[in-house]
Amino acid sequence: MSKKHYFDPADLAKFGNITAWQKSMGDKFFAWYGEVMKEGALTEREKSLIALAVAHTIQCPYCIDAYTTTCLEKGSDEEQMMEAVQVAAAIRAGSTLVYSTQMMNHAEDMTM
Amino acid sequence: MSIHQRTKSLHARGNALSDTFFQLNVLNGKEMSDARFPAFSEAIKQAGFSTGRLKPTAIEIFQVNVGKLCNQTCAHCHVDAGPDRREENMTKENFDRCLDILARYDISTVDITGGAPELNPHFRWFVEECRKLGKHVINRCNLTVIMSNPKYRDLPQFFAENRVEVVSSLPHYSALRTDSQRGDGVFDDSIKALQLLNAVGYGKEGTDLKINLVYNPTGAFLPGGQAGLEAEFKRQLKRKHDVDFNQLYAITNMPISRFLDYLLESDNYETYMQSLLDAFNPGAVAGVMCRNTISVSWDGYLYDCDFNQMLDLKVAVNGRRHLSDFDFEALSNRDIVLNQHCYGCTAGAGSSCGGQIG
Repeated sequence: MSKKHYFDPADLAKFGNITAWQKSMGDKFFAWYGEVMKEGALTEREKSLIALAVAHTIQCPYCIDAYTTTCLEKGSDEEQMMEAVQVAAAIRAGSTLVYSTQMMNHAEDMTM
Repeated sequence: MSIHQRTKSLHARGNALSDTFFQLNVLNGKEMSDARFPAFSEAIKQAGFSTGRLKPTAIEIFQVNVGKLCNQTCAHCHVDAGPDRREENMTKENFDRCLDILARYDISTVDITGGAPELNPHFRWFVEECRKLGKHVINRCNLTVIMSNPKYRDLPQFFAENRVEVVSSLPHYSALRTDSQRGDGVFDDSIKALQLLNAVGYGKEGTDLKINLVYNPTGAFLPGGQAGLEAEFKRQLKRKHDVDFNQLYAITNMPISRFLDYLLESDNYETYMQSLLDAFNPGAVAGVMCRNTISVSWDGYLYDCDFNQMLDLKVAVNGRRHLSDFDFEALSNRDIVLNQHCYGCTAGAGSSCGGQIG
């Protein structure tokens, strides 16, 4: 078995194997996952853009490959995909910056 | 108002893939790639076609490929069409043969394709003659031909007068995606042409003038669901360009000709073939277009579909493979010629010249 990489693109195709050692839970996960991603109040295209943004936030290389493909399949273009990633980045940056209110509060409490 | 091609035809480049036999060898793991996939004829056995053979259901569509001449050189073109393909264009003699057959048999639809069919000097006459025979005429128009020269600017009126159903490729509602496949400037000219078609009533409520768009992926991936894509195309084209159309046909790229060249050059061939196999849908087999179509080449030979035509896989009817030997009965009972590219028509929801099958 190769130990050269922590991430191997070929492993994405083995995602279904996660049911192997816990079938009941794994089957429930895939059923739920399928239900979440199918067309509902949001279109499959919109959901795939959300998934792409989240994939970048959690920095999952498998998810980035998978949802780049899915976004293209569902008809999104580069501009839309990059905007989705910018949204993820903005929320992530904002979530850092919003903590600065705590820093400012604390600083004000202890300074003249 | 001018388009810039990003590529040349395989023929012009002297590419080995311009040899159809070489292409078939690639698809069967004998050239350029050693990847071998289960035979398509084996795959359809699980779809209820236990003999591994496929028969026609009827001959309802007479698809005429009038030539390989085109004002565009799209990166995925299965015809290997382009401005350099001036030799391969249907003659009046073969058009006459088509009309004789159409007059003799109850074939309801004439589906005209190319190349850019409008560049054939007999195009307008042929359309008018088909209409006189009471046939429904579909023309596969690349849109930009309308803008390519003032003498083609009246094509929308001509189509409307002859009640021609227009089917046009527009792989995306973004210029970037469209031009990456079809050439720089194609998107802008396509939008102008669509606006001219809309102006004479195409795609508008209250008219019977149909303009249907064809979506096909601009890379090594499969098309998503047709309904979702159509809704987004309608929303975006209306919002940005005030363009209306009737239906969107989602068509899978066949791994042949220039798209096969792209797959091999970009190192996506094996992954793409595997994705077609993984998405094999037994339910799509019964509805594939070769079951109700006869495809005619510019030089009058007969094929099961336009893709088989481009691989030079003529109909399996011994000695009667040309317009001059047209045998309706024999063609109705022929075995359809299958090969590995056929996986392209049975992936996912299925794919045909009329879009998704399922």
